[in-house]
Amino acid sequence: MIRLDGVGKTYRTRRGDVVRAVEDVTLHVEANEFVTLVGPSGCGKSTLLKLVAGLTPPTAGAIHIREQPVREPFADAGFVFQQPVLLPWRSVLDNVLFSVEMLGLDSRLYRKPALDLLELTGLGGFETKYPRELSGGMQQRVAICRALLPDPSLLLMDEPFGALDAMTREEMSLELLRVWEERRKTILFVTHSIPEAILLADRVVVMTPRPGRIARILEVGLPRPRTMELEFDPRFKAVSEEVRGLIFARRSVPR
Amino acid sequence: MIHRRLVSEYLVPAATLVGALLVWEAATHALRIPRFVMPAPSAILAEGWDWRYRFLGHAWVTLYETLGGFALSIAVGVPLAVLIVYSPVLRSAIYPLIVLAQSVPKIAIAPVLLLVLGYGEIPKVVVAFLVAFFPVVVDTATGLAATPPELLDLSRSYRASAFKTFVKVRLPMAMPFFFAGAKVAITLAVIGAVVGEFVGSDKGLGYVILSATSYWKTELAFSSMILLSLMAIVLFGAVALVERLVCPWLTPAADE
Repeated sequence: MIRLDGVGKTYRTRRGDVVRAVEDVTLHVEANEFVTLVGPSGCGKSTLLKLVAGLTPPTAGAIHIREQPVREPFADAGFVFQQPVLLPWRSVLDNVLFSVEMLGLDSRLYRKPALDLLELTGLGGFETKYPRELSGGMQQRVAICRALLPDPSLLLMDEPFGALDAMTREEMSLELLRVWEERRKTILFVTHSIPEAILLADRVVVMTPRPGRIARILEVGLPRPRTMELEFDPRFKAVSEEVRGLIFARRSVPR
Repeated sequence: MIHRRLVSEYLVPAATLVGALLVWEAATHALRIPRFVMPAPSAILAEGWDWRYRFLGHAWVTLYETLGGFALSIAVGVPLAVLIVYSPVLRSAIYPLIVLAQSVPKIAIAPVLLLVLGYGEIPKVVVAFLVAFFPVVVDTATGLAATPPELLDLSRSYRASAFKTFVKVRLPMAMPFFFAGAKVAITLAVIGAVVGEFVGSDKGLGYVILSATSYWKTELAFSSMILLSLMAIVLFGAVALVERLVCPWLTPAADE
């Protein structure tokens, strides 16, 4: 589904410094695969998502989605950010419909699917509320519904649960898995939480910072559907140790 | 609960005002202050009542000079803000000019404007506009630039046109900022109109104040001032009301 070959991105800051955000990233993602990108902040995870979405062109290498080179924004993708970034003047329902409106589709045809999505994510009955009347977790659910409504085949999630408290975060992870079981799609999910990365993913991509490179890609062989109890599974622990090792090993080496 | 709020929000300020007026009234009589130095509130009220029909005409002139200047400040200020936000070149071209225009004391421009534009209402409208447009431009530009970059990325990822993004995202996002500027602008526009009238006119509430003071009719000047303040308050309230109608999401829902 997604093919990144030797992808690099360097940019110039306003002060003229050259920043190598991402370097030599080669990653192939299968259709309906759930891939998490984990690494410390500043390792170019978010840049990678923007590259895949076609929001910014790579400076090296090539990106293909379904064998097509990515040259412009890829409309068959949904984006979820760390902040919900809802439109405060729109009701919950109209916020969900925002995506299809911006795509230029007839939003009237999407009312029913939007309400179904809200129901599925536990927001039934909240459709007429304004975003500020909702908790952070609920707002993020609205943002996820907005991304899901046009039924994109690809979901790009940039630390979507990063701003939530630990309990809401666990709840949302499991909920996302439940939604994903019901409506399969390819998901690229950026996080800096190692347990979250393992719990969700088929494969975990471990990245190292400055420049952002892939340290290793780990297969998570854990059965689905997954639950929080898996954290005590020895296999979960093994993967988690390995990820920790990859991230922290480099740090102890003096440069 | 409701009772207590009524007391603290209305009764306390109203009682304070009435108390202050009573002290003022008593002081002018007890200290025998000459009426042209500090007239009693009752005298001001009486003079205002005597003038009620003549005031109507003068208030009308000042009102439309104010509204004209305010409307112009929005008609010019909002497009300028859009240009500033969308074009870095125009931003660097226009912004210094706007700041320069703002830094010139408007009272200093007024006589020149009168000279150029004549004696009628037009120069007053222009002074009101010059005083009022700065907050409109600056606040609207700030609002248009306040859209979270993620939302712009989102719009772009859906391949929405720049115009669509402007109408559906940036403009509504800027609305609370715009209204903050408009509320400042409307009160400034009243000041601008009066300043224009001070410099040279034969009607309007500013003219009434000026001519009243030159004839030692302090009561009349005071009642004209009060009328001006009332006008500014009502206009401010009207803008705030429009804001509540246009941006209902800003007013908190009533507590259940």
